[in-house]
Amino acid sequence: MNFSFEVIWQNLPYMLAAARWTLAISIAGMAISIVWGTFLCAARLSKDAFVWRIAALYISFFRGVPLLVQLLMFYYMLPYIGLDLPAILAAILAVGLCSAAYTAEILRGSIQSIPAGQTEAANALGIPAFSLWRRILVPQAIRIGLPSLVNELILLVKVSSLASVVGIGELTRVSQNITGQTYRPLEIFIAAAAIYFVINFVISRLGRLAERRMQVG
Amino acid sequence: MELDLFVRYGPALLSGFAVTILCWLVGSFGGLVLGFAIACLYRWGAAPFRWLISTYVEVIRGTPFMIQLFILYYGGPYIGLVLSPIQAGILSFVVYGSPYFSEIFRGGFNAVPTGQIEAARCVGLSEARILRRIILPQMLVPITAPLTNFFIILTKETAILSVVTVPELLYETQTMAAETFTFVEPFLVLSLFYWLMVIGTSWIGGRVEARVTRHLKRAN
Repeated sequence: MNFSFEVIWQNLPYMLAAARWTLAISIAGMAISIVWGTFLCAARLSKDAFVWRIAALYISFFRGVPLLVQLLMFYYMLPYIGLDLPAILAAILAVGLCSAAYTAEILRGSIQSIPAGQTEAANALGIPAFSLWRRILVPQAIRIGLPSLVNELILLVKVSSLASVVGIGELTRVSQNITGQTYRPLEIFIAAAAIYFVINFVISRLGRLAERRMQVG
Repeated sequence: MELDLFVRYGPALLSGFAVTILCWLVGSFGGLVLGFAIACLYRWGAAPFRWLISTYVEVIRGTPFMIQLFILYYGGPYIGLVLSPIQAGILSFVVYGSPYFSEIFRGGFNAVPTGQIEAARCVGLSEARILRRIILPQMLVPITAPLTNFFIILTKETAILSVVTVPELLYETQTMAAETFTFVEPFLVLSLFYWLMVIGTSWIGGRVEARVTRHLKRAN
């Protein structure tokens, strides 16, 4: 069986349409991951034992349980407590809330490497905690942790393929469907990999751009 | 729940767990070492190396692991690279992990202020000593947590090796499920084993972190 570009060419429109779902889930997931991850990180570093224990529990749960299981919980178990989420929302939440645990850990590592003197100076000047985080800690943590954060965002794009199990026609699901019709797995999955590659390449380049802009010294 | 199932399939599940651990440990430590080498080459290598490395990182990081594994295992024989499933699994793990690790290390390198490195050069420290005494102790602080993260992500990535018939945990679990028409028991065991790996990894990560942040603790 020869490699047929025609199969790819014919099915590309369907795959690109499906890639829009992949993008939608990824972008919404990234937003949740970064924002919620920052709050989690702050909670994890809190001096209040109750607060940091809750955050640590959250992180160990979301890092420890496979994402597939989390997604199935969101989609099939939440309705039992009266929270019936549409599939797309369940997928976004599962991906975002799980990724936030990883983001929180990345930011925590970065914040630990910021000299403690800065926090002490801010406290001495009477800068409120929120401003301390908003103006001093988070910008530096993001700069230090950026390569790891980009790693995490790229992984997030790839795990968005799990949304197929709750019936969303994203890239991987549609590729499987097309394979079922055409019996051409090699061509279709290479095309799918290429689309994932393009998305991730853009993320990675944006990351590099941000890195250059935030460079100091 | 039938407990005699576990008696019958226990040995198979345990051997699957051993294979998972083997592929995971060898593969991810291989990836860690290769990633560190790549990050060093990127930092100190000449421009052509840097382009080559950037391309490698973008391509391997940008494509799904399963596709890479397929290409290595089924495409390898075309260029004379015939691998057993476990060899293919470990090799693809090393390759897949390396760009992520190298990016984490690159971030760590960048986190050390350039002024310190310039100062160290001025007082006549060799590059190797600068790496050992000035860069490493400081870069380990921000990168230990992301490294732990990635080791945890890789534990779950081992499940993909089952598609090229590596007899690892998921493969054995699926065999058990298919032969006994049970679903809950095998996958409960599966989750338990993965959970053990994750708990172990994050515990070790915590210990390493405590060790590398010792110098930051104030004596008050």
